Amino acid sequence: MVSAIKESKGDKLFLVLIYLFLTAALIVVLYPLIYMLSASVSTPKYVNSGEMWLLPKGLTLEGYKLVFGNAKIWTGYRNTIVYTIIGTLINLAVTLPAAYALSRSDFYGRRLFMIVILITMFFSGGLVPTYLVVKNLGLINSMWALILPVSASVWNIIVARTFFQSTIPKELQEAAHIDGCTNMRLFVRIVLPLSAPIIAVMALFYGVGHWNSYFSALIYLNEESKFPLQMVLRQILVLQQMGAETNGAVLSGEAASLAASKAEIASLVKYAVIIVSTLPIIAVYPFLQRYFVQGVMIGSVKG
Amino acid sequence: MKASQELTLRTQPGTGKASGRRRILRNWELYLFIAPCMLYFIVFQYVPMYGVQIAFKNFLPSKGIAGSKWVGFDHFERFFNSYYFWDLLWNTFSLSLYELAIGFPLPIILALAFNEVKNGLFKRSVQTVTYAPHFISIVVMAGMIITFLSPSSGILIRIIEWVGLQPAHFLEDPRWFKTVYVLSGVWQSAGWGTIIYLAALSAVDPQLHEAAIVDGASRLKRVLHINIPTIVPTISILLILNVGNILGVGYEKVLLLQNSLNIESSDVISTFVYRSGLLSNQLSFSTAVGLFNSVVNAILLLTVNRIAQKTSDNSIW
Repeated sequence: MVSAIKESKGDKLFLVLIYLFLTAALIVVLYPLIYMLSASVSTPKYVNSGEMWLLPKGLTLEGYKLVFGNAKIWTGYRNTIVYTIIGTLINLAVTLPAAYALSRSDFYGRRLFMIVILITMFFSGGLVPTYLVVKNLGLINSMWALILPVSASVWNIIVARTFFQSTIPKELQEAAHIDGCTNMRLFVRIVLPLSAPIIAVMALFYGVGHWNSYFSALIYLNEESKFPLQMVLRQILVLQQMGAETNGAVLSGEAASLAASKAEIASLVKYAVIIVSTLPIIAVYPFLQRYFVQGVMIGSVKG
Repeated sequence: MKASQELTLRTQPGTGKASGRRRILRNWELYLFIAPCMLYFIVFQYVPMYGVQIAFKNFLPSKGIAGSKWVGFDHFERFFNSYYFWDLLWNTFSLSLYELAIGFPLPIILALAFNEVKNGLFKRSVQTVTYAPHFISIVVMAGMIITFLSPSSGILIRIIEWVGLQPAHFLEDPRWFKTVYVLSGVWQSAGWGTIIYLAALSAVDPQLHEAAIVDGASRLKRVLHINIPTIVPTISILLILNVGNILGVGYEKVLLLQNSLNIESSDVISTFVYRSGLLSNQLSFSTAVGLFNSVVNAILLLTVNRIAQKTSDNSIW
């Protein structure tokens, strides 16, 4: 029997080409990720010579031992977790109520507020004037300099507003008002419980932003004990400074014999630190992918 | 008479000031809701906009913004007449255009390809994997680039040698900087960039495809004549936004990959603003350069939007 839709030869060839193209994309993106994972548990000698090119060779966990033994990385990790949690909570507290207010058609003046917000997408004070504001507020060298200047993002406000507009039925709000429910109760008791998906999306977008940011720390912080993880990573990965802790001082005997030179220790630590810093996000992301994608899609419905 | 007046009052709750005030009073809590947000935008967005005036002054922190002396366009003139002006402008423009030329079409092609494949394990795995690099931080990304391209131990160098080519000094050679920057950007964001197009593609009416199949249209023809026209509005809007940001090359990544050997091709306006403003403390001069940058961006955005409006119905407002 012939199938309902007959695929012509040309169509089949076209589909084969598409599969080849997507497979190529898969390999190109996946390979560096697997390589780093393998390199982080391989003996540096094999990694640096190119003998290890896909699967781990000369299995060792020394790189991770060095990373976890490094006080700077621990401090950075702790700081990043603190900044991410506090920062994200503030983001949510600023974004959600504002987005809800802007979603209400009976909110007098919402066009004006919207314009005030949208203008900042096209003009901004720039680096130095913003720096001066942060400085005048006395926030230099404090964690608030990393959190307050990014309390809200225009894009996320629009996404949340679109969500509220399209999912909270107007009748619900009118009924609540007739029953004498205040806006505050309405928001906390009815709207927020109905908005779990958007709260998740916002928390994820903002959270990833805090976790990955380094530039604010670079310009606003000057004490190393306050550095977030990304600043520590910058020192290790980009500036290639290993810090005294790893430069042989507390190197265990095994590590010293494994890594013949400073360069080899450096490479051992590098891959391990990349994995340790990126894993929390990459590991949870496939489970949350749905929410991230949802966020982008809600935003694209009406920009 | 009186009754009818009352009726109109009740059905049409008045116009003008009184009604406005009532609407404000009834929803007073909503103003509380938006207050923190407005406070944020005023303090961290509008106050810096007020501060932009130091571009036209000789700003001294001790005298404050208002107390510093006006100097007109002195800082701008100094910038336009400096020997590095054209280099900076060229680097910024060429890096952006290069990024746009490679990085803009790829997510579109990838999304069209995803759309042809049936939902299943293969499609889901490719999507999950290609989206993942979006979550890698810029610092780790820069670290990966530096490590992979290290002449003594980088795996990409090994692969290039294995293929039989002579690897260049990718990070030290100014001629290679832009390619490294653009290709690594594509690796990181092409997958994630497909989401918005996939959303647009999901709006295609299946009946169109069925009708086209009956008429004997091939897959390729259907992609060209049904799928692509559907996403053209999305493409135009993203293109407008991208062109409007052409001088806004992300300084965060450039800054991390920049070194004294590649700086002649890696120095862009935003990294220059950072260096002159915060490292060399030339606050007014740096603000002037930054202002020049945002004004050019705004003009580009308005121009492209105008062109799009005239030639098609797609514009951002």
